[in-house]
Amino acid sequence: ILSPINFTRRKAGSNDVTFKVEYCGICHSDLHQIRNEWKNSIYPMVPGHEIVGYVTEVGSEVKKFAVGDRVGVGCMVWSCQQCDSCSEGQEQYCEKTVLTYNAINVDGSPTYGGYSSLMVCDQRFVVRIPETLPFDAAAPLLCAGITVYSPMKYLQMSQPGKSLGVVGLGGLGHMAVKLGKAFGLKVTVISTSPRKEKEAREDLGADHFIVSKEPKQMEDAAKSLDYIIDTVSADHPLQPLLNLLKVNGKLVLVGLPENPVSFHPAGVISGQRFVGGSSIGGIKETQEMLDFCAEHNISCLIENIPIDYVNTA
Amino acid sequence: ILSPFNFTRRNTGSHDVTFKVAYCGVCHSDLHQVRNEWKNSQYPMVPGHEIVGTVLEVGSEVKNFAVGDRVGVGCMVWSCQQCDSCSKDQEQYCEKVVWTYNSIYLDGSPTFGGYSSLMVCDQRFIVKIPENLPFDAAAPLLCAGITVYSPMQYFQMTEPGKSLGVVGLGGLGHMAVKFGKAFGLKVTVISTSPKKEKEAKEYLGADHFLISKDEKQMQDAARSLDYIIDTVAADHPLLPLISLLKVNGKLVLVGMPEKPLSLPPVALTSGRKFVGGSAIGGIKETQEMLDFCGKHNITCMIENIPIDYVNTA
Repeated sequence: ILSPINFTRRKAGSNDVTFKVEYCGICHSDLHQIRNEWKNSIYPMVPGHEIVGYVTEVGSEVKKFAVGDRVGVGCMVWSCQQCDSCSEGQEQYCEKTVLTYNAINVDGSPTYGGYSSLMVCDQRFVVRIPETLPFDAAAPLLCAGITVYSPMKYLQMSQPGKSLGVVGLGGLGHMAVKLGKAFGLKVTVISTSPRKEKEAREDLGADHFIVSKEPKQMEDAAKSLDYIIDTVSADHPLQPLLNLLKVNGKLVLVGLPENPVSFHPAGVISGQRFVGGSSIGGIKETQEMLDFCAEHNISCLIENIPIDYVNTA
Repeated sequence: ILSPFNFTRRNTGSHDVTFKVAYCGVCHSDLHQVRNEWKNSQYPMVPGHEIVGTVLEVGSEVKNFAVGDRVGVGCMVWSCQQCDSCSKDQEQYCEKVVWTYNSIYLDGSPTFGGYSSLMVCDQRFIVKIPENLPFDAAAPLLCAGITVYSPMQYFQMTEPGKSLGVVGLGGLGHMAVKFGKAFGLKVTVISTSPKKEKEAKEYLGADHFLISKDEKQMQDAARSLDYIIDTVAADHPLLPLISLLKVNGKLVLVGMPEKPLSLPPVALTSGRKFVGGSAIGGIKETQEMLDFCGKHNITCMIENIPIDYVNTA
């Protein structure tokens, strides 16, 4: 249960950007952390890491942003900037990354996220929201969007004409379908809910839809997919999904089921396939993704909820 | 228990190469199949798929080989030559591949392997053994060698200066160490047997040796390896091995444990790591590997056993 809390943010430092929060996405991770499901929650907690707003103030060293700019902050607010991961633009794998909320800042203070009226962040972790993208529909791109965009680029799941399977049609899933279609892939949605088929095909443009609990549908689709993005955070068996992959197929986990996943070694050995994982994305590629979305007019399917109703959400 | 068995091979067809078997490697797969552990054994069975010998006869359409040539045959004797896998020179993933033994050939006859005096095989599945490689020490390259060489090339585990971990120091393992050193990698052997350390470092040139059951050693080596080749066929936990991988690290299974393996998803997502698998290798790359071994003077460590003692082996 969330209730209002008053807190102050630091003054805008020379490298900081301050902005008035217009919208903040609700991410499944917010729920996990509020409920201390990951066993590392610090209270009081102000969640929210899909934050967008208008710049109200910039520090003296800030050249890229100006008052009035439409900006956003995602899941990170600081990293060491020196390690291999940081230099590769993959700050989320830095050992010293500071997350937007429920983490400790460099100055020792706890970080507070976007369920608030104002945000202060180092310019290196602020991204610009393109003019053509509506503020509210762009916010979830900062976490859900980049979490699927990053592995799709890294593992080259973007070759036109290839087949992508998306498991689960939630925040991450629907972004994967949209991005998949934008990359020119044939997209199959794999879900446990038959009622999601209409939305998958009509609203998102998916080419095929399979109900994972239907053995015949799964069998018919065996060895048909080049890639699979698995967004499901509930425990689920992996072997049936591996069977959908062609030779050299790749399955990437972006959801975080609580229990270990298991599969038979033959699932990867026969067919030289692999099972990987990925976590959010770097700042540079987040900006790249936003620009890509603006170009292809991609934004998220959203429901606007006033902050007073956040507990019902 | 194997006992002598008389059988005839087909006459040399226009595309066939016939050779007198000089040596044949004993592979763990031979044991698995002799004992029907993979539940698909047909008897009588003549195992052996690391076969080398001198050509006695070639068919009229055979241009690449001549009488007297030193040749070898590995795990496959035929494939469809038309599917994606065949056209990418990865015949082992062809759905119609015929194995050197315990399979059915085109003409309906069962295939018999290298524990015999003579071998007849289609020229496309024959490779040349370089002059400078001793026959007997080259034979195991045809299965053990290619099974590690193929994924090391495919998954690009060949960048000089990077760190490779090899789990298990058997036939596959010792080849992985030799190739790793030849590719310019720093090689760490991970084993359950402390007594293998001397062999690993002195004979094979491994840089480091870790006992997988020693928690402290494993902890000290956390996030130190770019790649791991896992050759172990016994059931074993994967998580401690994943912990040894750096961000973006890759673990490839080439041994075939019997039971499914399991992993917490966060082990993969928190470092963009993956677990893959691989099975033997294609013919073209087998020849490439042999030529590489010829150039770098790489052969297998072997023990010669006369055929009469095969049951003790």
